[in-house]
Amino acid sequence: MVRRHLHALVLALVGGTLLKLAVSGAYKQYVKVGLKPYLIAAGIVVLAVAAASLLARRGPDHDHAHGHGRFDVVWLLVLPMLTLLLIAPPALGSYSAARSGTALDAASSALGPLPPGDPVRLSVLDYASRAVFDDGRSLTGHQVTLSGFVLPGEHGWYLVRMVIRCCAADAQPIKVGLAGTLPDTLKANDWIAVTGRYLPGRTDKDPVNGEPIPYLTVVSAAPIPAPAVQYES
Amino acid sequence: MTRPAPTPAPTRSRPRVGAVEAFLAVLLVAVLARGWLVAHTGSPRVQTWLTIFVSIVLQALPFVVLGTVVSAAIAVLVPPSFFARALPRRPAVAVPVAGVAGAVLPGCECGSVPIAGALVRRGVTPAAALAFLLSAPAINPVVLAATFVAFPGHLEMVWARLGASLLASVAMGWLWLRLGRAEWLRTPERPELAGLSRGAAFVAACRTDTAQAGGYLVIGALTAATLNVGVPPKLLHAVGGQPVLSVLVLACLAVVLSLCSEGDAFVAASLTQFSYTARLAFLVVGPMVDAKLFAMQAGTFGRRFAVRFAPATFVVATLSAVVVGAVAW
Repeated sequence: MVRRHLHALVLALVGGTLLKLAVSGAYKQYVKVGLKPYLIAAGIVVLAVAAASLLARRGPDHDHAHGHGRFDVVWLLVLPMLTLLLIAPPALGSYSAARSGTALDAASSALGPLPPGDPVRLSVLDYASRAVFDDGRSLTGHQVTLSGFVLPGEHGWYLVRMVIRCCAADAQPIKVGLAGTLPDTLKANDWIAVTGRYLPGRTDKDPVNGEPIPYLTVVSAAPIPAPAVQYES
Repeated sequence: MTRPAPTPAPTRSRPRVGAVEAFLAVLLVAVLARGWLVAHTGSPRVQTWLTIFVSIVLQALPFVVLGTVVSAAIAVLVPPSFFARALPRRPAVAVPVAGVAGAVLPGCECGSVPIAGALVRRGVTPAAALAFLLSAPAINPVVLAATFVAFPGHLEMVWARLGASLLASVAMGWLWLRLGRAEWLRTPERPELAGLSRGAAFVAACRTDTAQAGGYLVIGALTAATLNVGVPPKLLHAVGGQPVLSVLVLACLAVVLSLCSEGDAFVAASLTQFSYTARLAFLVVGPMVDAKLFAMQAGTFGRRFAVRFAPATFVVATLSAVVVGAVAW
């Protein structure tokens, strides 16, 4: 019986962790927002299987067929669950951004007209796409507001957002150079909101992959707390 | 023979701490040691490693659960005679049929491993189950749609991915028919399901599969996170211009990164300094062979199987990508 009970308890830990992360929103630091219903469904199924296993009247039991003393891989599931519950590692930030090249691809956004607003709120991905692929045409004459964390670059600070498609394993940074005055207490990984204008004609080459990094002339900048959803997609 | 009385015999019959007690003790110690754990995982490198590790597990778990529920349903509800009737009798014909059938399973690769295991246990010829295992994560509509979105204006990338993935999975099925040996495959029978009611057998199959596939997923995620943090992305960009090397490098990168097949097209799209053929190799190899899949395949089919199957699949998938790439571009 021991093996069945152990499996049921570990699965209960797994199901409970999935539900807790989905409800608290902490899952957003690791996977895309759209995964929430799948996490909830999987959590419920796993909890139900665990409960049914614990409550079941014992049937014919063949646990001994699996050999005592052999390490049961189910133990390994405890590692990520306790890491999530007790350590809760943060969303990827400037460490990852510094290692990877800016990952603009023409695919990432449809370059229509700017959304309404003054200043216009744009994602870093949208801003950088418009600046690089459209030579900033749709940006001229508008003030824009971007938010992200900062990363020290060769000529000053970059504003960065990590973009994920499934989970943090596929995260890639989008970088925008900041020209102008910034709070002087800034340190790597701090979150700021900046309002400014497109700076034509200036780009950096990303030291990692040689891709262009467009610039923004900062009009105002203020520190902000890290948002609930730190990734763009 | 008797041993001297005072020394207890170091045998298997030594009283064991119950696994349940051990589990509770681990939880208690971990909770008590929380402060220490947090204090010793504060460096950005370790945090990045941990974040990627738990992200891969979290991303994959819903698909593992889906896969195990489907495989438990196959094990309990579908009689073996169904597959005998549904698939062509000749294995050489069953392989391409099973490969194409992979298109109906929406999801990424973690779910297809337990399903393929259940198919083999239900009497599906292994070659056909393996073709399904390889094709399902690569050619289902969700993955092809993601590829379409990631490569706008390059519809040929979608067709090339579909063609090269099907080609590789069918070729692997046929290769298994010619060279595969039954003794390499270890699909454990399920004695614990015998004699249970349908409902109890379903629960038992779900529990065992989730526990096992989940455990091996953790091994794979640990490996993938370690490689992800250990291999500097800068290395890649040195080889982008070299045609042969770049195909090999991106094929290896797919193994190392263990990306989910629904998201890998976006990463491939951003590797702009590489040729389309090299990026196709990345998309064909990734869903078939990667660090995470290798661990899960070893868990379901045995290590003797995995150490032969994974390298062969790597070679066949890379060659398929090169052939299809030569036609497409």
